[in-house]
Amino acid sequence: MSSTLRHAGWVLRGNPVTAFAAAGTFLLVAVAVLAPWIAPYDPITSNVSNALKPPSAAHWAGTDQLGRDIFSRLLAATRLDLTIAAAAVSLSFVAGAVIGSFCGYVGGRLDRWVGRLVDVLMAFPLFVLAMALVAALGNRVENIIIATAIINLPFYIRFARAEVNVRRHAGWVEAARAGGDSHAAVVLRFLLPNILPAMAVQISLNLGWAILNAAGLSFLGLGVQAPTPEWGIMVAEGARFIGTGQWWLVAFPGLALMLAVLCFNLLGDGLRDILDPRMRT
Amino acid sequence: MSVAKNIGRRVVKRLGASVPALLGVVVFTFLLMRVLPGDPATFFASGPNAGQEEIDELRRQMGLDRPMYEQLARYLYDVATGHLGRSMTTGQPVLADLAQRLPASLELSFFALIIALALAIPLGIAAALKPNSLIDHAVRFVCTLGVCVPTFVSGLLLIYVFYYLLGLAPDPTGRIDIFAAQPPEITGFLLIDFLMVGDLAGWRAAFGQLILPAFTMALFVLAPLARMTRASLLAVLGSDFIRTARSVGMTGWRVVIVYALRNAMLPVLTIIGIVFSTMLGANVLVEKVFSWPGIGSYALDALLASDYAPVQGFVLLIAAIFVMVNLAIDVLYGIADPRVTVE
Repeated sequence: MSSTLRHAGWVLRGNPVTAFAAAGTFLLVAVAVLAPWIAPYDPITSNVSNALKPPSAAHWAGTDQLGRDIFSRLLAATRLDLTIAAAAVSLSFVAGAVIGSFCGYVGGRLDRWVGRLVDVLMAFPLFVLAMALVAALGNRVENIIIATAIINLPFYIRFARAEVNVRRHAGWVEAARAGGDSHAAVVLRFLLPNILPAMAVQISLNLGWAILNAAGLSFLGLGVQAPTPEWGIMVAEGARFIGTGQWWLVAFPGLALMLAVLCFNLLGDGLRDILDPRMRT
Repeated sequence: MSVAKNIGRRVVKRLGASVPALLGVVVFTFLLMRVLPGDPATFFASGPNAGQEEIDELRRQMGLDRPMYEQLARYLYDVATGHLGRSMTTGQPVLADLAQRLPASLELSFFALIIALALAIPLGIAAALKPNSLIDHAVRFVCTLGVCVPTFVSGLLLIYVFYYLLGLAPDPTGRIDIFAAQPPEITGFLLIDFLMVGDLAGWRAAFGQLILPAFTMALFVLAPLARMTRASLLAVLGSDFIRTARSVGMTGWRVVIVYALRNAMLPVLTIIGIVFSTMLGANVLVEKVFSWPGIGSYALDALLASDYAPVQGFVLLIAAIFVMVNLAIDVLYGIADPRVTVE
């Protein structure tokens, strides 16, 4: 473990981009936790006399059509957007890893049927599938999470299946069986931990995608409802004012989205460098 | 001769293999739409105080009073015979609606793909020729940022810069200015139709409307295309036959364009297929931003109005296009590399 940490430190020192991504991710999480205490204004209370003011010293990111401080709304939205992405990715990761590993380990008919189901899911345009799922399940935040988890699921199932499949005849798997472990124990206690590092890269890359997806859904009016502060909704509300030149309503939530996705993507690339044994020389 | 036969065999094999997935898509969509909240019969009844008899009559008309499996069987039969049902909001058959709106989406996607390829392939080549140079890092930077900006944000910012600030782009609503002359109805692709009737002013107007949404979409798919071109070309440039070609004194460009690029295009072809399919699905967001009258915005409006049939038709159409695109890529693969055969 300490050698991994040392290796991580070495990678971060030699790779300022990953260090930047790690710092950015830390900052995002900190903002998500501390948002109610550090926001200068209330993100919901409107003040129409102060509507559509450009960025200034008092309102760093300007005010929106109801006079709400955009910077405070951005901070408050961080918590919701990160929660949605993290919950969706963990859900699909846990479900996908377990289903995929059992398929890869057991093989045979189970594997074939799950493979076919995955094929059907992959034949959908994924964003459209998410739209339909949110509409079918009901326009609520939980359902954005479930829809995002379901469209992520095929990738995790395939990944876990392939990783377990190449390991299932490994010596240490046979040793565990010979030592009296049940099949389920072999999968859950030996094979799953073994493929976790490779899947961690997927998780980080997927978080960025999940944020884009959730923001896209709420931009269309599915899922999160106004006046809840959320990056996608803020862009959708600002869209009406872009043709008359009030750029800050769209630009700042867009920038927040971009930075969050950028951090997670770069972190994923960095994690791959840390975990790829070919880098350890 | 044998190449053509080979390709024919591949097409048949791939079509056969895609039937179960397509069937799964139909059944899954059907089930999904039946779970949608809201009783469409109540929704389409004459008013809020419509009588129970009227609602029951509507339910009977729409077949909603039948058991689920019977509705499914009937739906499968209808799909097989080309009946996708009737949209409750537009009052038209779904097939006619989709056929009318599909050219708008296809024109946008094709044009965006052309822009993306025209940018991505030169960028990828430039990056691969000088790995770790300034230009390589610049390309990587652009690609990394490109995937991070959601299309609905980049589209709106492009509108701000090119419509509001510079005044170069027309009002970003729809395919054609409402006050302009109506476009001729030949293929539905405005750029082609205007050219065919020789209306250059109309062509320029349609082109002006198309360029911003297409560019928005192109930015989003630039990254995978440029990255794959770079990686694939880099691998080919390191191979023996390139070294041989260089050693016998061929000029640098001839080696790169004729020998290396042709061999490097195979993985890029695969990515083009994936990118095109992604674009058709992601169209919904861009079409919403630019009020583009394509199939994506049609499906979104129907979805928000709990109108089953158009959404089912849309998903089915996109899935069918997925299959066709994969098939086309497969055939192109066989032409680009005759070594590829049926396993």
